[in-house]
Amino acid sequence: MQQIFNFIIRNSNRLLFLLLLGISLALTIQSHSYHRSKVISSANFLSGGVYEKINRVNEYLNLRTENDELVLENARLKSLLFNKEDTTKLPLPDTIKGVKPADIIVSKVIHNSYNSHENFITLNSGANEGVKPDMGVINSLGIIGIIDDTSPRYSTVVSILNMKSRINAKLKKSNHFGSLTWDGVSTGFVQLRDVPRLASVRKGDTIVTGGQSVIFPEGINIGTVETVYTETKTSFYVIKVKLFNDMTNLGHVYIIKSRDREELINLENKKKNE
Amino acid sequence: MNSALLVNIFRFIMLLAIQIVIFNNMNFLGYISPFPYILYIILYPVNSNRAGLIFSSFLLGLTMDMFCNSGGIHATACVILAYYRPYIFKFSFGLSYEYQTIKLNDSLTPERFSFILVSVVLHHIVLFVLEAFQFKFIWDILLRTLFSSIFTIITSIIIIYLIKPNKR
Repeated sequence: MQQIFNFIIRNSNRLLFLLLLGISLALTIQSHSYHRSKVISSANFLSGGVYEKINRVNEYLNLRTENDELVLENARLKSLLFNKEDTTKLPLPDTIKGVKPADIIVSKVIHNSYNSHENFITLNSGANEGVKPDMGVINSLGIIGIIDDTSPRYSTVVSILNMKSRINAKLKKSNHFGSLTWDGVSTGFVQLRDVPRLASVRKGDTIVTGGQSVIFPEGINIGTVETVYTETKTSFYVIKVKLFNDMTNLGHVYIIKSRDREELINLENKKKNE
Repeated sequence: MNSALLVNIFRFIMLLAIQIVIFNNMNFLGYISPFPYILYIILYPVNSNRAGLIFSSFLLGLTMDMFCNSGGIHATACVILAYYRPYIFKFSFGLSYEYQTIKLNDSLTPERFSFILVSVVLHHIVLFVLEAFQFKFIWDILLRTLFSSIFTIITSIIIIYLIKPNKR
């Protein structure tokens, strides 16, 4: 017994080191292996609050560009108002692809990372506004990501620039599906994998979200085809997609509540149980 | 409560604040950002409590992870750096470093520079390996470690010179 105590006292630093190393490695591995239930995320009172403060300063510094964008948007909205036949050209943000305005939560990006392999975005609306995990996040240009974790006032988003993110997407002109992933290289491009070789793909074709996922409504813009190549292992097409969004520069975003989601999940669970 | 403890607490908070507000938003070429917050571990008093250093480094890394949404990679890298700091001292300053009075925040000598260099590279390589977590990114890891280390060292030395108490 004495020897055990002596051993512990003699090696206290090493034991402390091994304990803390174990905890931090466990946190790391856990964050790499699961999609959700992250123990430490920036959707909490402290970091959310700090990021909101920083964002306020940044917003003030960017007033000029923000104003320019607002002027452009005003001009666009006015042109829509005066020439009503143009409404087919650009979708109004508050009626996105048949989603009613009541199903959209307007939110703001208060922190955006894009320099690692697994990127997350922090938003300044949370469970109090009705945000729940697995809701889709878009802006007027295209999709941004999926809600990962929420706190009462903040929420984190798995960005599409995250190697764990997989989003169902399709070609706009035909209905060939694939899954949208990111290879961790460039912030302007994502990859659409597992597209059948029957699909005819040309450079410049538009890629939109597919209807197979319950997270996003069908037909939200993602990007255009940049290059197409065949994967040797699977002999499916891999399409390099140029994003409409500049993921390094995000402001206001829309969170989509899908009303059919619970119904669909219940239905699919019922099927599995039978 | 002695003054050294207060100085360390102050350093802990200030370096974290500077890191989160300024350096986390710096992205040279899209993926290179310096991490001068590890100056806390580098500048921790030499003959001070080692368990205190290891534990406070863990907290430092954990706070960074919270702000970066990165699981536990900063915590792991910081704990490893804190534990191996005496060995790096031995490597850079020779065996009898404990009897010399080493002041790191003083003018730059080759020994001091080699200590900062080894510390930063050790921290960054652990950080980026754990961040990528796959061997197919080995070149990406090495590239990021190289460039980020250069920027971290430059910013660290600038910060050391800025907070140096007396100028000769």
